Amino acid sequence: MADLNLSAVGKTYPGDINVLHNINLDIETGELIVFVGPSGCGKSTLLRMIAGLERITDGTLKINGQVMNDVPPAQRGIAMVFQSYALYPHMTVRDNLTFALKIAKKSPDEINEAVGNAAKILQLEPYLDRLPKALSGGQRQRVAIGRSIVRDPQVYLFDEPLSNLDAALRVATRIEIAKLKEDMPDRTMIYVTHDQVEAMTLATRIVVLANRGIAQVGSPMELYETPQNEFVAQFIGSPAMNLLAGKITSTGKQTEVTLQQGGKALSSVPTRDSDMELEVNVGVRPEDLQPGDGECLYTGRVEYTEALGEVTLLYFHSQGNDLAMIAKLPGVHAVLRGQQVGLTASMDKIHLFHKGKSLLYRD
Amino acid sequence: MDNIVGTKSSLVWAVHLSVILLVLLWLFPTLGLFISSFRTADQISTSGWWSALGKVQQNLVLRAADPDEFRVERDGRYFVEGKLFKEEGKAKIKAWGVSSKRIDEFVPGDVADLKDGETITVNAVGNYVWSGPENSMKGRGQRVFVTAQTPPDFTLANYDTMLFDEKNIEGMSKAFFSTLTVTLPATIIPIVIAAFAAYALAWMEFPGRTLLIAAIVGLLVVPLQLALIPLLKLHLAIGIGKGYLGVWLAHTGFGLPLAIYLLRNYMVSLPRDIIENARVDGATDFQIFTKIILPLSFPALASFAIFQFLWTWNDLLVAKVFLIDATGETTVMTNHVVELLGTRGGNWEILATAAFVSIAVPLLVFFLMQRYLVRGLLTGSVK
Repeated sequence: MADLNLSAVGKTYPGDINVLHNINLDIETGELIVFVGPSGCGKSTLLRMIAGLERITDGTLKINGQVMNDVPPAQRGIAMVFQSYALYPHMTVRDNLTFALKIAKKSPDEINEAVGNAAKILQLEPYLDRLPKALSGGQRQRVAIGRSIVRDPQVYLFDEPLSNLDAALRVATRIEIAKLKEDMPDRTMIYVTHDQVEAMTLATRIVVLANRGIAQVGSPMELYETPQNEFVAQFIGSPAMNLLAGKITSTGKQTEVTLQQGGKALSSVPTRDSDMELEVNVGVRPEDLQPGDGECLYTGRVEYTEALGEVTLLYFHSQGNDLAMIAKLPGVHAVLRGQQVGLTASMDKIHLFHKGKSLLYRD
Repeated sequence: MDNIVGTKSSLVWAVHLSVILLVLLWLFPTLGLFISSFRTADQISTSGWWSALGKVQQNLVLRAADPDEFRVERDGRYFVEGKLFKEEGKAKIKAWGVSSKRIDEFVPGDVADLKDGETITVNAVGNYVWSGPENSMKGRGQRVFVTAQTPPDFTLANYDTMLFDEKNIEGMSKAFFSTLTVTLPATIIPIVIAAFAAYALAWMEFPGRTLLIAAIVGLLVVPLQLALIPLLKLHLAIGIGKGYLGVWLAHTGFGLPLAIYLLRNYMVSLPRDIIENARVDGATDFQIFTKIILPLSFPALASFAIFQFLWTWNDLLVAKVFLIDATGETTVMTNHVVELLGTRGGNWEILATAAFVSIAVPLLVFFLMQRYLVRGLLTGSVK
């Protein structure tokens, strides 16, 4: 049972280096919140501030309604899993698991039960007497997770726990973490990653951090389908959303935009009469594009294709040789290279941004 | 590194050559000392230690047995027969003579004509037959000069004299234990203090920390000779005087800057995550230090311990200033060797033995712990 409340939280390092500014966030009990953002956006710093490893220089952090700004890490009811596992290299797996409990002077029975439990959940029983160096990467990460489980904290903090694992193991461990969360519905988890797939699959809500602040908070599908701004639109989804500059030429329940390089886009985003002639960016995801005839959103020559088997990526270049557009078509379409192709998209897949902000979210 | 393509420098041979030179430079005196300590005074004065391992060519003056006692009459001539060497079959005679002017006049088996009808013959292994008429076969035994090759001959007598002889037991053995009394605390005390200090300087945040580290690095360049007299004055003023306590404190003080510097650099290179994780686990600074940092710093601790042990063991200067007084009760081994140099300067075999006794323990420590020495020096630079 733990809900977290961050209000106007900020971090300024000595020398007036401000890395986080005015972070407001409510996290409810049982949520799995994922912090994502480009590297250097402060997502790890924010997590470490919640853990108590970095001083909070502005605002307040409350856990269960109690201000935690000056409470040492051990008394916040949290446990943290580090990217580097941070196992104690000179201790066996069992000693690693029991370290915190011994410090807390728990009884041997309690310790044994907690360790047995964690070892069972994470299938660590055969390795309890090994040293960390005799474990594989995945096993080490499981020990690190086990070390937080034995403490039975209110809040689990994960700092990029999977980024040191290889691809196959990453998928397996990701699923383990998801199961772990399901088994502990009343525990709150905060998870930092730069991997979109982890964010999309694990999160109940994603917090996208950018430019020292929060770009958007929402469920994975909210972020994907209705991004609030161009940053989130381009950050979530791979390859990134295409943006084309244009002007609104028709308003109403549907909006028509005449694009700069020719062509028209019809969007289901409603606009007001006053939006006529408004300069907007039309956003459309590569996977929402289809080849089409007649009135196209975009027509160009395919410069390059990448066949991934299930899909084919088509790269279009503008006159200035900049990458203008990416389309993702299901199936194999290698023959399209060098050909003129017209692209269309259904109007409810067309996003409109004015000065970086989505027109959907205007007051 | 050997597998990196195209990086092999043409100067590799120069590196190898200098390494060999350096090794020889250090090895030769030690080896010489070691071998000399197993030789007798005679051997040392007649040949260098390098010839001790092979056969030694020696010029000896030997005497046949007393004719009055051992002569035997046969057919009117008197014979004295015997062996020139006590131990048979070791030495081999190459040449011999009967006059000091021509010591290599004869080869083994020749018959030398002496005056008054006497003759003597000597064979290669030193058996001789000396004969003559009755009236001349008396007095002292005939002198024989031999040029002989003797096999390597080593003795433990020097060690016996140095360590176990009644007359010397007050000397080297006692000095050995004095040195031990100085060295062990002088190694342990600075390590304990430095480990705590290094942890604080590496992982605890407090104002002035950087300044303190800079000061310690600064102290590294201060020569200890600078501090000897003021420190001794202080010791005398506050009543420590000359004694073990004084020399322990002095060694501690002189060893601390390097100890703190080395250990801090090692500890600061330990992964931050581990320490932060311990903090999240609820460990206090003291628990982090004892349960995490100390075990992980073992290589660095060991390597510094070896250093400190070696140079307190070999120290003469600090002991002379802070320890040795008129009673001579606390003489350390290095000082004892210096005293021997004064009193028995001519007895090289004694000096060599004393010197080797004093370096035996450092050598042992070095060979047993060199694993940590190398690792400790490399730690921090390579992970």
